[in-house]
This record gives sequence, C-alpha cells and structure tokens, in this order.
Amino acid sequence: MEITQEQKAFALNGDEAIALAIKQSDVDVVAAYPITPQTIIVEKFSEYVADGEVDTEFVCTESEHSALTACLAASATGVRTFTASASAGLALMHEILYVTAGCRAPVVMAVTNRALSAPINIHCDHSDSMVERDSSWIQIYVENSQEAYDSIIQAFRVAEHPDVLLPVMVCLDAFFLSHTLENVQVLPDETVQKFVGERSIPLVTGHEGKNVPFKLDPANPLTIGPLDLYDYYFEHKRQQEEAMQMAASTIVQVHDEYGQLSGRRYGNGLVDAYRLEDADIATVCVGSTAGTTKSVVDTLRAKGVKAGLLRLRTFRPLPIAEIRNSLETVEAVAVMDRSNSFGGNGGPIYHEIRHALFDAQARPHVVNYIYGLGGRDMPQSIIRNIYTDLQEIRETGQVNSYVQFAGVRE
Amino acid sequence: MSLKQKGWKELPIAGVCWKPATEYLTGDWRTFKPVYDLEKCSKCLLCPMICPDSAIRWNKGAQEIKFDYDFCKGCGVCANECPMGAIIMVREEET
Repeated sequence: MEITQEQKAFALNGDEAIALAIKQSDVDVVAAYPITPQTIIVEKFSEYVADGEVDTEFVCTESEHSALTACLAASATGVRTFTASASAGLALMHEILYVTAGCRAPVVMAVTNRALSAPINIHCDHSDSMVERDSSWIQIYVENSQEAYDSIIQAFRVAEHPDVLLPVMVCLDAFFLSHTLENVQVLPDETVQKFVGERSIPLVTGHEGKNVPFKLDPANPLTIGPLDLYDYYFEHKRQQEEAMQMAASTIVQVHDEYGQLSGRRYGNGLVDAYRLEDADIATVCVGSTAGTTKSVVDTLRAKGVKAGLLRLRTFRPLPIAEIRNSLETVEAVAVMDRSNSFGGNGGPIYHEIRHALFDAQARPHVVNYIYGLGGRDMPQSIIRNIYTDLQEIRETGQVNSYVQFAGVRE
Repeated sequence: MSLKQKGWKELPIAGVCWKPATEYLTGDWRTFKPVYDLEKCSKCLLCPMICPDSAIRWNKGAQEIKFDYDFCKGCGVCANECPMGAIIMVREEET
C-alpha cells in the first residue's frame, strides 16, 4: 500500500483519537453533553478550545436532545458540526436524529456503544445504535482506535458530499476502544485539513424562486424542514433513501482516497473480510469483537480449519451485494450480535444477514449468537466454540438451535 | 391541491419551500364557507380581529367586510362570534 504521508504514532485511547481527529478537521461547532464513556472526547476537545488550539464554538447544552438540536441548527447555517453520545444520551436524541436526517444536515457524531438502561449499565453493547438504524443516519462501526481516528475524518467528507447530505455516526465500543490505549498513527494537520476541505454547499430552489445555497442566510432566506403534509412528505423520504444508496459508493470512494494518504484501508470501506475467500465456515460481526475473532481465525487456520470472518464496517447503508458475494460460498455462518431484538427471534445483524442472503444463489446455514450484552467479555474461547458449532452444522447439515445466547450463565 | 405536484426527483431536498406560503391556497381545505349579510352588519370589526387566518378584511372605502376565500378555512369562528348574526356558514358545493 502506498503511504504518501508521514505519520506520527501517539498513544491514544479511542476517545482521545476522536478528539484529535475533530481538532484536525476544522470543525466549527461542537455541542455536546457528557455521558460515560464518551466524556473523554468532549473533555479533551474542550481543552483544545480552552488552550486556543482550535477555532471552534463549544456549546455546553443541558441535554443530548439540545446538543443535537444545536448541532443541527448550526449545520443548517452551513458550518461543520460534531457531537458525541452513547446509550441513554443517544436515546434522548432519538427524536432529533430523525429531524437531522430529514433536514439533510451533515452532522457527524461519535457513538461510544454502551448498553441501554434498565438496569443501568455503562459498558459495551450495541443496543444504543442498533435501535437507530432506521433513522437515516449513516452508520460505521470501527474495530479499533486507529479506525476511529480514520473514520471520523472520512465521515465529514461522506456526510457533506452533495449526493449524500446525510448525518454520519461513527460507532466504537465502550471501554474496549473508548478507554483503551493504542498506538494511533496520526496524519499531519495540513493533510487532514486538505482532505476534509471546506464544506461545499449545494444550491436549492428557495421560495423566492431563485437557486440559492442550501443554508440559512438572511441574504437568501430559506425554510428548511417545515410542515410537510401527506402530499409531499413521502417524496422527501424517498429522497433520503436515494441519498443512502449514493452513500455506499461515496463511502468507498472517500475510504480509498484516504487510504492513499494513510496507507490504511478496511476492506473496501463497506465490509472487511478476513481469510474469507476459501472459507467453509465464517462469523459476521461489527466492532472490536472482530479483532478478537481474527486471532481465533488464525488459530483455526493453523490447524487446517478453513475459517473466516466478515466484519461489517458500514451497517447503514447495508452493503447487501458485498454480504452476498462474501458469504454465498460459505457453508455455515454465525452472526454475532452484541444487541438483541427482544421477541424478534435473534439480533439485528442476524436479521439483516439472513435478509441479504435470502435471494442468494447458494445459501449457507445462518445462525445467531447474542453475546456480550452489558459489556460481558467475549473471549477467544467462546468464539472458538462458535466455530466448533459451525463445523458441526457443516458436517451434519443440521441446525439444533438458530438463536443462542453465548456467554450467559444458565 | 392548488399547486402542481412535483415528483421526488424534482423537489428541493429537506422540505425546502420552493414557493412562498402565500401561493399555497389553504382555502382549498374548506367544507363550510362564511356568507356575509351587509344589512345585518353593525361594523363592530370583531370578525377581522378574531379570524385565525387573517382572512377577513375591513374595506374602509366600501365600509364592509371582505372575506379572502383563498385562505379562509371555514372554521366558523366569525359566524359564531358575530353579535348581529351577519355571517352564516354555508356548505361548499361539491366540485
């Protein structure tokens, strides 16, 4: 891989890596409310603000609902905005997530995936962002802090692309990534600045009949996101779906361009396949569990087992073609979900993988393991057992149980 | 509806209004329409004050009330409040 930029290694945890990415990306407004384990992002960034190292308007709001509203409003005036949340904070923003996407505001948010209450749990779980998969936000799940840093920078370019204009959430695992120190390769300030560039504002037809920049400006007044009755709302939502479809190719493009600067790529930007080309059995997951699973795959491969892994990096838009192409030839697939759709016969990723494969030429057996809820550790031993189950399914052609809870005490 | 219906490819994004609200004739929504009897009117000017859509104007020259049927939604508050019974609500004709 060509590395055209000289990078420096810093010891950073996921939150600090994100704060640094924000610092370098020329963000105009950050409005946020603290919640474990995102607090370090905002604390670190506020230090940059206090020390005059960034030219960002930092707004302390009274809640996450207000934080996102402030970002949305600022974004509507044409500036670059960022916020971060998790768990109950993200849930509190729920209403405004839809509003932000509906107003086509390219807000970027870091979500440190944490379990939802009750009971109160501050640890890693994907329930908070999985429930927002219908909100028309682009969702990227990162495997490590390096990818968190890289993905935040790419997120601005994807969100602000005139064919997209949708908000992006970059999701990283609570504590495993947010609070764990890693060597992160950091690009020079000027390189990041040049890469994200200035936010480009497309033109839109306003009520004076003129084509004006799509931003709130007294010189060219506009109404964004007004009352929309049954005669037009549906068309506006159809536009959002189109933007999601365009987002897939934009993510790939931006990811590749960034790869030329950094030397780092994560699959094609949508999915990251590990030793999957000739695999007989495979698991699918998002987040840091993929890192652990890669070790398991290597161990199995050394023993001659043709095991592989498909990590979904982009969950929205769902990369159906890549999922189908990657898994069609595998014989047994286990989808590992760090969240559950209660009463839905399995977790969200399981549902969507089955959906993606339903029309495939050759369909593997697809089973589900709900794991790690509330930060329950997902060690290599449990993942190895999952691969053992897959081998059995492959040999017998029988599935005893489609949905299981891996790691819970019976 | 009074405006030509655009498809999703033509519409501006984010619900941006491409026409001012004054060109969206909400009078379309009416079921009952107010009818005015000048002879009963005491010129008290209560009705222009209470109309929620500002669809009643006082014509000083002609010394009479004028209804803006482009924007009157037929709520009937004017008829309800008129002390002289100079306004009655009449069902709109089916079109």
